[in-house]
Amino acid sequence: MHELAITESILSIADQAAKENNGTKVTDIYLILGQLSSIVDDSVQFYWDHISLGTVCEGAVLHFERRPAMLRCKSCNHQYPLGEILQTCPNCQSPDVFIEAGEEMLVHHIDILREEP
Amino acid sequence: MSQRVEIVKRIMDSNDRLAQNNQAILDQNHIFGINLMASPGAGKTSFILETIKRLPAEIKLGVIEGDTAPVTIDSDKIAAAGIPAVQINTGGECHLDANMIEMALDELPLEDLNLIMVENVGNLICPAAFQLGTHANILIASIPEGDDKPYKYPNIYRGLDVLILNKIDLTPYIDFRMDYFQQGVEMLNPGLKTFALSAKTGEGFDAWITWLTDKVTTK
Ligand SMILES: Nc1nc2c(ncn2[C@@H]2O[C@H](COP(=O)(O)OP(=O)(O)OP(=O)(O)O)[C@@H](O)[C@H]2O)c(=O)[nH]1
Ligand SMILES: [Mg+2]
Ligand SMILES: [Zn+2]
Repeated sequence: MHELAITESILSIADQAAKENNGTKVTDIYLILGQLSSIVDDSVQFYWDHISLGTVCEGAVLHFERRPAMLRCKSCNHQYPLGEILQTCPNCQSPDVFIEAGEEMLVHHIDILREEP
Repeated sequence: MSQRVEIVKRIMDSNDRLAQNNQAILDQNHIFGINLMASPGAGKTSFILETIKRLPAEIKLGVIEGDTAPVTIDSDKIAAAGIPAVQINTGGECHLDANMIEMALDELPLEDLNLIMVENVGNLICPAAFQLGTHANILIASIPEGDDKPYKYPNIYRGLDVLILNKIDLTPYIDFRMDYFQQGVEMLNPGLKTFALSAKTGEGFDAWITWLTDKVTTK
């Protein structure tokens, strides 16, 4: 359960970006989470509802973009998803593979409301 | 007025910056830092204790012990072996983070040390995400956990610098396909430096101590 720490970090990133852009309210937060980050959306949402209270981010909607973990075979170049369990290349059975995607953990962008200058 | 603000910032950014700061503190003091991760009971504390027994005189070790509960069982064992030890109680959190390490470093006699081993909280999922600022991430896997762990917990194998395979004295009693285990490790972390050993019998420790001594003395 490291989602509390993760959620606190999301809050502080969004909070800082809102302040730098004279935002009065954050309405939406867009996250990109690779499968290998092993973060559970539900717990992030659960913590979010508590820790965002009273901040510029209160009520902001969290959008989770999930990126599946992808492997690529060095022998035959086949690309395949990691799925639930690590497997050798389904095309040629080679174990000579590498992880190509799925480790992302990003706050990609936010939508804010701003005071008219 | 509504506006979209591009950020594209890594969620772990603030922890990673604190981790860099920790590494700077270690470097200033010429200390080699190790983050020991493992599932509960894999033998982290036993491994540290057996390492202590075999440390050459030039290595001056300090230990940081992480636990989710306010117990000092592990750090008491280390202190009883005459090694400075700090206990961190994470208050239920499943991992150590860079901030906790920063506070623990404050309590160790850094000027007298050239090696710090951190025993992370027993967990195969969460500690992987949190860099501490140590120079080597080490996982202790153990024979009784089974040979399929790399396949089920790929994450933790990804960021490793060294793998310890502990409890090899139990190999005769457990169906552990070494080939299968090593294949999984190789898929996730090609060429990973691995030491198979037993913290109970001491088998396999010589190679580990040689590696460790080299790292510490060339730091
Ligand atoms: N047979 C055998 N038993 C071992 C070995 N290493 C550790 N053990 C035993 O495994 C159990 C757990 O060891 P610990 O060193 O407490 O494990 P740990 O990873 O520190 O456990 P936590 O801190 O509670 O997560 C103890 O009963 C040890 O005696 C080994 O190499 N062989
Ligand atoms: Mg222990
Ligand atoms: Zn293939």
